Amino acid sequence: MSTATAVPSDTQDQAVAGAFRGYLDRVRGGDVGSLPAVLGFVALVIFFSAMRPDSFASTRNAANLLNQAAPVIFIAMGLIFVLLLGEIDLAAGYTSGVGAAVLVVLLTEHGVAWPLAVLACVATGLVIGTVMGALVARLQIPSFVVTLAWFLGLQGVLLLVVGEGGTISLSDETILSILNKNLSPALGWVLSLLVVGGYAAGAFLGSARRRRAGLPVVSPAVIGLKVAGLAAIMVAVTLVFNAERAVNPAIRSLRGIPLIVPVTLVFLLVLTFLLGRTGFGRHVYAVGGNPEAARRAGINVPMVKIACFAIGSMMAAFAGILFASYSNGVSPTTGGSSTLLYAVGAAVIGGTSLFGGKGRVIDAILGGLVVAVIQNGLPLITQKSGIQFIVTGAVLLLAASVDALSRRRAASTGQ
Amino acid sequence: MTEDPAPVLRLRGINKSFGAVHVLKDVGLDAWAGKVTALVGDNGAGKSTFVKGIAGIYGFDSGEYLFEGRPVSVSHPKQAAELGIEVVYQDLALCDNLDVVQNMFLGREIRSGLTLDENSMERRAEETLRGLSVRTLKSVRQKVSSLSGGQRQTVAIAKAVLWNSKVVILDEPTAALGVAQTEQVLSLVRRLADNGLAVVLISHNMNDVLQVADSVCALYLGRTAAQVDAGSTSTTQIVELITSGRSGDLGLPPTLAQEAVA
Ligand SMILES: Nc1ncnc2c1ncn2[C@@H]1O[C@H](COP(=O)(O)OP(=O)(O)OP(=O)(O)O)[C@@H](O)[C@H]1O
Ligand SMILES: [Mg+2]
Repeated sequence: MSTATAVPSDTQDQAVAGAFRGYLDRVRGGDVGSLPAVLGFVALVIFFSAMRPDSFASTRNAANLLNQAAPVIFIAMGLIFVLLLGEIDLAAGYTSGVGAAVLVVLLTEHGVAWPLAVLACVATGLVIGTVMGALVARLQIPSFVVTLAWFLGLQGVLLLVVGEGGTISLSDETILSILNKNLSPALGWVLSLLVVGGYAAGAFLGSARRRRAGLPVVSPAVIGLKVAGLAAIMVAVTLVFNAERAVNPAIRSLRGIPLIVPVTLVFLLVLTFLLGRTGFGRHVYAVGGNPEAARRAGINVPMVKIACFAIGSMMAAFAGILFASYSNGVSPTTGGSSTLLYAVGAAVIGGTSLFGGKGRVIDAILGGLVVAVIQNGLPLITQKSGIQFIVTGAVLLLAASVDALSRRRAASTGQ
Repeated sequence: MTEDPAPVLRLRGINKSFGAVHVLKDVGLDAWAGKVTALVGDNGAGKSTFVKGIAGIYGFDSGEYLFEGRPVSVSHPKQAAELGIEVVYQDLALCDNLDVVQNMFLGREIRSGLTLDENSMERRAEETLRGLSVRTLKSVRQKVSSLSGGQRQTVAIAKAVLWNSKVVILDEPTAALGVAQTEQVLSLVRRLADNGLAVVLISHNMNDVLQVADSVCALYLGRTAAQVDAGSTSTTQIVELITSGRSGDLGLPPTLAQEAVA
């Protein structure tokens, strides 16, 4: 409405300052978003780099960190749909284990082609999630109980399929490459260009459409700053990963952005679109915010819940593929031990609320990176795994406290 | 009785029982376009039950339901909405985590293809609010959790008039509000009627009723005591209708008023 195309630079400065002040106000009002995750990530990276300059702060470790983080991030991306409802899925970890088992058994023991095996794996997740969702939404059993039962049951299934103490190994090249291959340096630059260009195009086109509709728009200077920030991050990331990181480059060169990065970005894009731009996504937030209001608005609340559990479990099953790719197979503990806690931690650290109605898919990535840095960095400092559990538990508790406090603050400041 | 020719909404001889409890007995109500009709009565008189029946949350057991002169059957909220009847319930049913536009269009989002048409929704929300002369909202993109009680009520009312509705029923819209916000909401209620809507206002507060109502329908223990013209009836008479079902030659015949108590 008011922002014309050619704005004098002093008003541009004011627009940037205004946007920044608006952001500060939101943070002060309790809407901290992903700020703790970003700050935590930076602080942890600086801390571990200072403590272990050789082992932690190496490009090889950076690539390994991403591959290590991927399965938990994928489980967390799915969990966010369930958390948005204000529900929980305690079975997500073992859903990924069972997904991995389905995949590996089909590939290794039955010689099925990989696309079919992947399909079967994701379909397994779909079935698990739909049944859990139906029990929660139709029979109205608390999700805590339903998914706890499935947690135990799926653990049993995994044990029966894989066999106690056994492992089934995987040799399918395609699946293995997901967490073991890298983009060529040139493709890495293409990817960066696509990410930055895509973001800029989306932001500027959206803004132009709003202006044409006669609606207030964000100042182009603010969008420009965001694009520049993203470009800086992408250039840094590409430079880091395009550097040679092989121990002995003469034998085998090792460089490029890990393949999992574009795979994750595709999922981020699709799921963010689903939550942010479609009617279904809007209804997910509504059900999480006020189920009674959603019901009166004519939204089919049980269907929305079932769909969210189904998406959560499909993402978990897909994470099973990543586990199989990372560890060359499946074992009875795949997706077990603290996998689920790490995934819940990732979502909450990233800024998704345990109370429902607040969260974004990117939270899983930001929080998952924080969890991965702790998981990766602590063993370089102390061999005691007890300390690692305690630290991760403390971080999860800290994130949950930030969530609860920001809710209280939002209530008291009326934000 | 007010004798304007054609009420938009007319109910006659409505009965409703919950099991053995006969809650509504031969209740009636008229609501005219451009007028505020107050529905008053003591606690438990049956106001909310009556309104929920009108909204189609449950069907009436018997009685006439006329909309624009035609008999209609309304047994589901969707049917009421299709006729153009919207209800703003006492607990506003807004999602705190969504913004004003998102709440106003909840469940009836405008889509273009696969995606939501945010720009059209935002524009229509702004137009509706402007049409109601609402100036208290800073931005239609602010979350409902950041709004005051009066602003929330405003959003809930705007949501009800967004759909070219003809009848808007408000269940105690000022019950939880302070003096200034009550004033704001009441003048909004008045403006709805001035814009040509038929407004039914449930209220316990005689001041509110006298300030905005053109017509007053008093329920007494599940019966319509009387529907009277607000201008030609005194406060004392209305209070008597509420508390004893009759006032002078207005209201229920003495036998019925007595019987209801027994
Ligand atoms: N579902 C139900 N089952 C049984 N009785 C009911 C039900 N709903 C309402 N009633 C009874 O119907 C009577 C009228 O209730 P209603 O809520 O309509 O009164 P009201 O006029 O809205 O009162 P208030 O001013 O307190 O809101 C009450 O005696 C109530 O107990
Ligand atoms: Mg009531």
